[in-house]
Amino acid sequence: MLSVEWESEGLQTVAIVVIICASLKLFHFLGLVDFSEDSVEDDLEMATICHRPEGLEQLEAQTKFTKKELQILYRGFKNECPSGIVNEETFKEIYAQFFPQGDASTYAHFLFNAFDTDHNGSVSFEDFVLGLSVLLRGTIQDKLKWAFNLYDINKDGYVTKEEMLDIMKSIYDMMGKYTYPVLRDETPRQHVENFFQKMDKNKDGVVTIDEFIDTCQKDENIMKSMQLFENII
Amino acid sequence: MAAGVAAWLPFARAAAIGWMPVANCPMPLAPGDKNKKQDELVILNVSGRRFQTWKNTLERFPDTLLGSTEKEFFFHEETKEYFFDRDPDIFRNVLNFYRTGKLHYPRHECISAYDEELAFFGIIPEIIGDCCYEEYKDRKRENAERLMDDSDSENKAEGNLPSRTCRQTMWRAFENPHTSTLALVFYYVTGFFIAVSVITNVVETVPCGIGPSDVKDLPCGERYVVAFFCLDTACVMIFTVEYLLRLFAAPSRYRFMRSVMSIIDVVAIMPYYIGLVMTNNEDVSGAFVTLRVFRVFRIFKFSRHSQGLRILGYTLKSCASELGFLLFSLTMAIIIFATVMFYAEKGSTHSKFTSIPASFWYTIVTMTTLGYGDMVPKTIAGKIFGSICSLSGVLVIALPVPVIVSNFSRIYHQNQRADKRRAQKKARLARIKIAKTGNANAYLQIKRNGLMNEAMELTPGDKEQTRNKPGSAVARQHHHLLHCLERTTNHEFLDEPAFEQNCLEGSMQNCPSTHSPSLSSESGTASTCCSRRSNKKSAHLPNSSMSAANLRSMQELSTIHIQCGEQISFNTSRSSLNDKSEEGMRINCKSSQITTAIISIPTPPGITPEGENRSRIPNQSSTSMNTTSCNIVKVSAL
Repeated sequence: MLSVEWESEGLQTVAIVVIICASLKLFHFLGLVDFSEDSVEDDLEMATICHRPEGLEQLEAQTKFTKKELQILYRGFKNECPSGIVNEETFKEIYAQFFPQGDASTYAHFLFNAFDTDHNGSVSFEDFVLGLSVLLRGTIQDKLKWAFNLYDINKDGYVTKEEMLDIMKSIYDMMGKYTYPVLRDETPRQHVENFFQKMDKNKDGVVTIDEFIDTCQKDENIMKSMQLFENII
Repeated sequence: MAAGVAAWLPFARAAAIGWMPVANCPMPLAPGDKNKKQDELVILNVSGRRFQTWKNTLERFPDTLLGSTEKEFFFHEETKEYFFDRDPDIFRNVLNFYRTGKLHYPRHECISAYDEELAFFGIIPEIIGDCCYEEYKDRKRENAERLMDDSDSENKAEGNLPSRTCRQTMWRAFENPHTSTLALVFYYVTGFFIAVSVITNVVETVPCGIGPSDVKDLPCGERYVVAFFCLDTACVMIFTVEYLLRLFAAPSRYRFMRSVMSIIDVVAIMPYYIGLVMTNNEDVSGAFVTLRVFRVFRIFKFSRHSQGLRILGYTLKSCASELGFLLFSLTMAIIIFATVMFYAEKGSTHSKFTSIPASFWYTIVTMTTLGYGDMVPKTIAGKIFGSICSLSGVLVIALPVPVIVSNFSRIYHQNQRADKRRAQKKARLARIKIAKTGNANAYLQIKRNGLMNEAMELTPGDKEQTRNKPGSAVARQHHHLLHCLERTTNHEFLDEPAFEQNCLEGSMQNCPSTHSPSLSSESGTASTCCSRRSNKKSAHLPNSSMSAANLRSMQELSTIHIQCGEQISFNTSRSSLNDKSEEGMRINCKSSQITTAIISIPTPPGITPEGENRSRIPNQSSTSMNTTSCNIVKVSAL
């Protein structure tokens, strides 16, 4: 008698335990209950991409900077981007800090593309320093070529009016709203018209690199301003 | 500008080469780099612990002690280091602020010691980073409260009460019963009377046994009428006095009267007064009985005494949507099952399921697993559906309830955090905005004060002689960059008030006074800055100035489009202007070409004077006039 009772009670206990476990699994399956304590780490994806630049000697050979200048540049670069590369978002953020009144994101996008010579979506220290070497220590020809490359958004060798208009609008965007005189919508377009008047010698609607370099070299103002930033570093 | 990005300033300046071919004016000169010596290490000796950093790092924040010349006071000649007799542990955080641009608050430090160090080094605590700001504010508030408590008890001990009006003391006593003994006594007395009143209401209805002159059981309330009436009166007296006192002491009576607690107070004592007024009128005694029900609201007065009740009420309020959903799904299920049961039981004789609403009762009782048994299905179909009903009732109720319960706690905690974040967000946005406008304003101020460059550009030999420009080298270079941008686009930066003012003035068209300086500066810049261009457009300058002069008399117009050709179909003032200036412009206009200007003359002048106002682009437009086809000269009104 007793054993039968105990047996049935034992079976009942087993049945209850099984039911509880099954319902817990059901809840876990439905997502109501979370057992694992380290689920947070699954969500976080550590940005483990880290990039180290080539050695100092190699960079010194490739660019026109001295060792000390490269050191200073790298310290600043690494401070802002500890992982060693800049992606477009960070680049935009950094550049926007210099122009608090306006919206520098579009121009920063074009600038990023100009620096990202291998078009892999990120600017490493080498790209950065190579670009700066052209800008600060290059010949006038090199600088003009770099500027042309900036304006040529699709990198096909021709600067069309639409491309120039995009660039112009992005420059005007950096001014922001509070300007004197008030910025009108036609201002960038007018500016582009002037630019094309000056640069487009054969009036075919596009500016080639030769026309560009030619015109710029004849313009005193532009020549003077190109040499303005020689001694930044 | 954040400290870290100061290192990127050379890059931003180099990238400005991209603007050069586009600009029409020559650029301002770069600031002199007279102090271009190599970066040097400085040693900061703080109570024996030596910290080293680059000099440039410290100069990122020129308005702090370490970034300015104030640190020279601490320079120790013999050891060639800067000695500070302060806490080295906290100094670590201060120095990290220079390095990374973010100030952190270490949790284990005492808040007042930290504040003292920050004050010594000239750093304002508002720039503490978001990661540590909450903690900092909490600790600071705690500290402040403690100090306030201390000062209060000190004052009381000295018998030196702060000068407060009677009203303010009373309000403080009501809100914080622990401030004085009298307040505490009041607090307990009211609590006691609330309890007495509630118990009275309950006991009133208990049958007290058969009275001497009655045949049936009477409730106690009707046996001892006088006693209960006296008790009730006493309680209501106390409540009324309390309410009136609170009303008197409240700083804002209107706000107090609208608050929940005061409504509860009023509802608790109104039945008594209404009862007094209505006496024993038989017609309205039914309503009077209903009024008595409201006496139970006195129990809600306890929420002043209990924090937990308040929290419960608040969480119920904040979970209203979840509760609503539960109710809605239950209602749906009830209706479905009631309908099914009704039609299933329709056939059986003497069925209790007389209508669908009558079946509601069965469904509710079954789904909530109460099972009273007053209504049971008799047909087989009815029984089957009845069992399905009870099973689904378990599911429908059991499943959402844990979700709701967890929602309670989650939403409650979230609300707490969201409130804090909301309060801080405003402050944070204000801080960011102040920093931004600070940068912009610094630049504008320097423009106004320094009155850059026109003079200096003509004397290139003086480039090396620095007039004492304020600000660090970084700031100067940044301002030079912004100045280049201005030159590239031929527009100037303004700050918001000046911009608004210009818009207003433009719309009121006070032409000569406000805009003559700008006109002179226009011509000024035209002559010095764009010297080449003025040569090119010398033919046009007199025209534009002449038409500008003409315009001064034309008060009501903003933009004029002078076209060579017809288009006299606009309103008279415009056409008159066209006639007038056409004489002047006839030199330049050739063919009657009506180009895109038509599209860009949008509306009659009355509507958008501001929008088209001050669109002075005589420079660009006149260069476009240089060549062949006749275009439109846009000359804006002053």
